[in-house]
Amino acid sequence: MSTNILLYKITLLLYFASTVLYLIDVIGRRTETGKIGRWILVGGLVTHCATVATRYVATGHTPVVNLHESLSFFALAIVAIFLIFDFRYRLTILGAFSCPLALIMMIIGAAATTPSPTINPALESWWFPVHVLLAFTGDAVFAVAAIAGVMYLMQERMLKSKRFSALYYRMPSLDILDSINYKCLTFGFPLMTMGIISGAIWAHSAWGGYWRWDPKETWALITWFIYAALLHARLSVGWRGRRAAILAIVGFLCVLFTFLGVNFLLSDLHSFRTMQGG
Amino acid sequence: MNIIVVGLSHKTAPVEIRERVAFAPTAMEEPLQQLLGLSAIAEGIIVSTCNRVEFYATSRDPDAAISQLKRFMASYHQLTPEELETHLYDYQGEEAIRHVFRVSASLDSMVIGEPQILGQIKTAYGYATEFKTVGLILNRFLHKAFSVAKRVRTETNIAGNAVSVSFAAVELARKIFGQLEGKTVMLIGAGEMCELAARHFVNNGISQVLVTNRTFARAEKLANEFTGLPIPFEDYIEQLYRADIVLASTGAPNFILDRPQVEGIIKRRKHKPMFFIDIAVPRDIDPKVNDVDNVYLYDVDDLQGVVQANLKERQKESRKAEAIIDQEIGTFHSWLATLEVKPTIVSLRQKFEQIRRGEVEKSLKNLKDLDAKQLKSIESLTSAIINKILHQPISALKQTNNSEEGGNDNYVDAVRTLFNLEPPRAEDELIDLDDGDA
Repeated sequence: MSTNILLYKITLLLYFASTVLYLIDVIGRRTETGKIGRWILVGGLVTHCATVATRYVATGHTPVVNLHESLSFFALAIVAIFLIFDFRYRLTILGAFSCPLALIMMIIGAAATTPSPTINPALESWWFPVHVLLAFTGDAVFAVAAIAGVMYLMQERMLKSKRFSALYYRMPSLDILDSINYKCLTFGFPLMTMGIISGAIWAHSAWGGYWRWDPKETWALITWFIYAALLHARLSVGWRGRRAAILAIVGFLCVLFTFLGVNFLLSDLHSFRTMQGG
Repeated sequence: MNIIVVGLSHKTAPVEIRERVAFAPTAMEEPLQQLLGLSAIAEGIIVSTCNRVEFYATSRDPDAAISQLKRFMASYHQLTPEELETHLYDYQGEEAIRHVFRVSASLDSMVIGEPQILGQIKTAYGYATEFKTVGLILNRFLHKAFSVAKRVRTETNIAGNAVSVSFAAVELARKIFGQLEGKTVMLIGAGEMCELAARHFVNNGISQVLVTNRTFARAEKLANEFTGLPIPFEDYIEQLYRADIVLASTGAPNFILDRPQVEGIIKRRKHKPMFFIDIAVPRDIDPKVNDVDNVYLYDVDDLQGVVQANLKERQKESRKAEAIIDQEIGTFHSWLATLEVKPTIVSLRQKFEQIRRGEVEKSLKNLKDLDAKQLKSIESLTSAIINKILHQPISALKQTNNSEEGGNDNYVDAVRTLFNLEPPRAEDELIDLDDGDA
């Protein structure tokens, strides 16, 4: 377990370093630092994967059964998805938004170290890792969509008001930001859909029912409907730009609420407490 | 050897003065030769543009050189020195180096970052090499200035954002659409400004041009120029949905396009963004159009505002450029210093060797019956003495040369005075010294 903690700390440190470098790049207009930040982030991704792997070996379960593990996994997915987009578009400024998000999750995760729970037998199924992997990857894609949405709104605001801040000069075009929104939607929505379906199948094998209307399930469904509406609006009504950006942000807030809010505010089948309870 | 700058620019002289002291590019030989004929000047270049007239020169006696250059500038153009005095500036040493680096990097230009000045200095240098008025130092100096300018251009964003209205429009379009390839621009009216802006758009990748005008023949003519499509003025609102970018510059007294019309068009376009550029005065497009989702409307004042913002951005970038220049001054200055040190060391050694040889020969006349072995030991004894004596002064000279301040001029001068050494000539310096960095 100590190797795991060490790796987690190294990852945290690397994410911190690349966050700082990305911010220096964007605010202090030094493009060299962003490039270094990118490589450090790749290093962080590697140690993060190693963290998750050692955790898996040590505990014997897919490492998403408590808040610490889930946050760590979520951050890992966000970093991976960001790097994929960065590879395609070279969007340093997207990194200046994504890295801090991943970093914050890692810091909260570090604070939320609960002893490794004894696993509820209900969780021991082949469907569990599938469900978790699909759901988290989908959520991470939506996180990037929301970040692109925030950037879109900022840039759109500046173009409309004709007052440019220093950030304007570092932003990609509205067209690119909007196409990130669209791409994220077309990847994220199927992932989320499959995540919900695999979750239902898993629930059936664990508890004997596909759907129980627990708060997490309900909120996941609400989120799914928001993204379905966005996809529909984009494809058939021709929504794009500002409205699509706003919906992507609203959708991600629902994702966050489904992920965190439900656990803290409402008690249910999915919460980490009941998982630990066994 | 000192580098000197004497000149005037848009910052110190009004255009009435600048035009009177300008040198015609077609007749540079005569002034360059006259410049080189001045007693204190070793090498010289004349830079003459519409915004500045400057001499870059080298001299052993900078103060005399500066006053000679000032007088030359006035007399060549039949002016009295008093008329020019208030407009002229002069720099020497490090300040001169900094000035030329800043000018070539376009930090001293009226529009910071504009690219022409570097070409103009290169042309001026071309004349100077053609008429052989530059030597080792100015050659190296100007090449250094060119490489500094290049570094500034690649490492900073000093020339990054548009500073003309029509380029600002192209950049805004890029900010909205990303790529301009495959996009369509419509020209409403056919003013000169409109045509210029359209040309920028076409040069930057726009695929199709639509032109409309109250007189259809005018529309046809302009459309031909861009291999575009003329559209009858009665139809243009109907056709507007095809355009991503709209350039309006009619002479209409009222708005010719209002918000409800644009709302209809944008719906028809399935909310694909549109960029309206209204360069007409009075304006052609109702400013409320800007409130429509996915529509961006800029009038002439807005574009001017963008240009101002871009200029400020360049100003910020210029701070980075100044840092690069500071760094490069250091490296050039230490090269310049080596130039003085090496020949001094050489002539110092020669001087001592000369004395030793003379004294040894004198003594050998009195010591007749020495064998070869004894002769050899006298030779090595005397050589050893001068080597020992010279070791400390030479290493002191070399050391100051390596130090950052470049303050070895005093040592060099002191050594030359103490041992009565000949001043080095520029031609001597050409030998074996040109092995530093490019």
